[in-house]
Amino acid sequence: MATTQSRTLARIMLFPSVILLLAWMIVPLCMTLYFSFLDYNLLIPGNNDFVGFLNYEFFLTDPAFIESFFNTLWLVGGVLLITICGGIGLAILLDQAIWGRNYVRIMVLAPFFVMPTVSALVWKNMFMNPVNGLFAHFANWLGFAPVDFFAQIPLLSIIIIVSWQWLPFAALILLTAIQSLDREQLEAADLDGAGPFSKFYYIVLPHLSRAITAVILIETIFLLSIFAEILVTTSGGPGYASTNITYLIYTQSLLQFDVGGGSAGGIVAVIIANIVAIFLMRLIGKNLED
Amino acid sequence: MANKNSNKSKIIYTLLAWTISGMIFFPILWTLITSFKTEAEAISASPSLFMFDWTLVNYSDVLNRSPYFDHFWNSVVISVGSSLLGLLIAIPAAWSMAFVQNKRTKNLLMWMLSTKMLPPVGVLIPIYLLFRDFSLLDTKLGLVIVMTLINLPIMVWMLYTYFKEIPHEILEASRMDGAGIVEEIFHVLLPIALPGIASTLLLNVILAWNEAFWTLILTAANAAPLTAFIASYSSPEGLFYAKLSAASAMAIVPILILGWFSQKQLVRGLSFGAVK
Repeated sequence: MATTQSRTLARIMLFPSVILLLAWMIVPLCMTLYFSFLDYNLLIPGNNDFVGFLNYEFFLTDPAFIESFFNTLWLVGGVLLITICGGIGLAILLDQAIWGRNYVRIMVLAPFFVMPTVSALVWKNMFMNPVNGLFAHFANWLGFAPVDFFAQIPLLSIIIIVSWQWLPFAALILLTAIQSLDREQLEAADLDGAGPFSKFYYIVLPHLSRAITAVILIETIFLLSIFAEILVTTSGGPGYASTNITYLIYTQSLLQFDVGGGSAGGIVAVIIANIVAIFLMRLIGKNLED
Repeated sequence: MANKNSNKSKIIYTLLAWTISGMIFFPILWTLITSFKTEAEAISASPSLFMFDWTLVNYSDVLNRSPYFDHFWNSVVISVGSSLLGLLIAIPAAWSMAFVQNKRTKNLLMWMLSTKMLPPVGVLIPIYLLFRDFSLLDTKLGLVIVMTLINLPIMVWMLYTYFKEIPHEILEASRMDGAGIVEEIFHVLLPIALPGIASTLLLNVILAWNEAFWTLILTAANAAPLTAFIASYSSPEGLFYAKLSAASAMAIVPILILGWFSQKQLVRGLSFGAVK
């Protein structure tokens, strides 16, 4: 049906998006790759000599990298665990017949729309501050010593804050998925005398599996790049206790002006994200075909 | 008997849902309440939920003693500007992918989505250096460009899914009536697609408003939107909880209201089609 004319026009209309995204992705990425092989520091003027894989060697053997790599794993894993489990629970709860469901939905969804710097600072000061925070008041009231969240458990504190931000996303996606569940299947299971747990395990969970996979992959992509929450709460500290890879590269690149090292780190981060992205792309590709 | 039982479970589920959602919402509620307290009451060891002297002094302090409105305006310009610019680029692309499909359409779409999965630190240094060389650091224009580019894949993707839902017969009918391609777009396609376009705009304004990597890295005093301005509250001097709350409340309430309208678009836009 499409004429040659409309095909040409279609190509022209695609052109700006494709060129812009190519420029945005390929050009800087190639520059990063190029810089990663140079001895290049903005503070030390020099010839920017080619040094091969030396930057990678320094970056990957740096104890700070090892620590922030595991911090990244804990951060992503912890947030995924909390948001997936909590999200499944919330999705099932919101799927029930309850009074005021719309208001409940609004309240559950709200944290997702709070900008990261605000949620991090509100939690840091008004809840987790060891002197004036609500948690400290509560601990004092119970007669316990208040926890100094960002000194004693910095990474866990950030996991809590980020989980609060991402729980609504998981709950909303899983709720959408759960609502497409065939009700007759559940009624049939009722007639067969299945309890709530076997219904959950044999019917609800398999039905949700694709959505859960999607939530895991999408959240992982975004959680690998957590930055603002760390910047405004701990600045990666104490030491490197709450530094993730994204934050480590930021400090190397823009605080130490080590272009070579920061670029090597950037390429490492791209490779890590790509491993997740490949699985996500497969899932998307499957859905586009169906 | 069954009815009584289901009523009982409805009460239990309702109580449970309200308790849990209340806990999830509490930090936001607490921020709103604290913004109306005095600084002394805000850090009181026996904090009160409602029984205190309500005051607007924090709002007037934040608005009068800091360039709050400038930063608010930066947020508006950057989020709305980048979303409108993005629409301008994304609508033609999404239109052509939805209506003139070929073998490569699917791959192209997936490639566009994959650019969204690129971690920002992978391009941090080149972007920073390019911005420095082109004098775009700490400018609204620079951030509009970055926001447009990072949200372009999501816009194309969302518009594509909306356009796909428009029946082809309508376009064919208009072609039979002798409509050219320009008329087809402006008189037939756009009116039907307008709700989808509005939804895309809405979600992208929200995403750009809350973006907190490039805004923190590429701005300083001049072009900082609210994300970056509020980050400056992280190194406090003296009593400031109530003012932090007031500044935060003004930054999040408009988006909370917009967000309420965009629940469905959120699933469509951010699930990348991995969830149906």
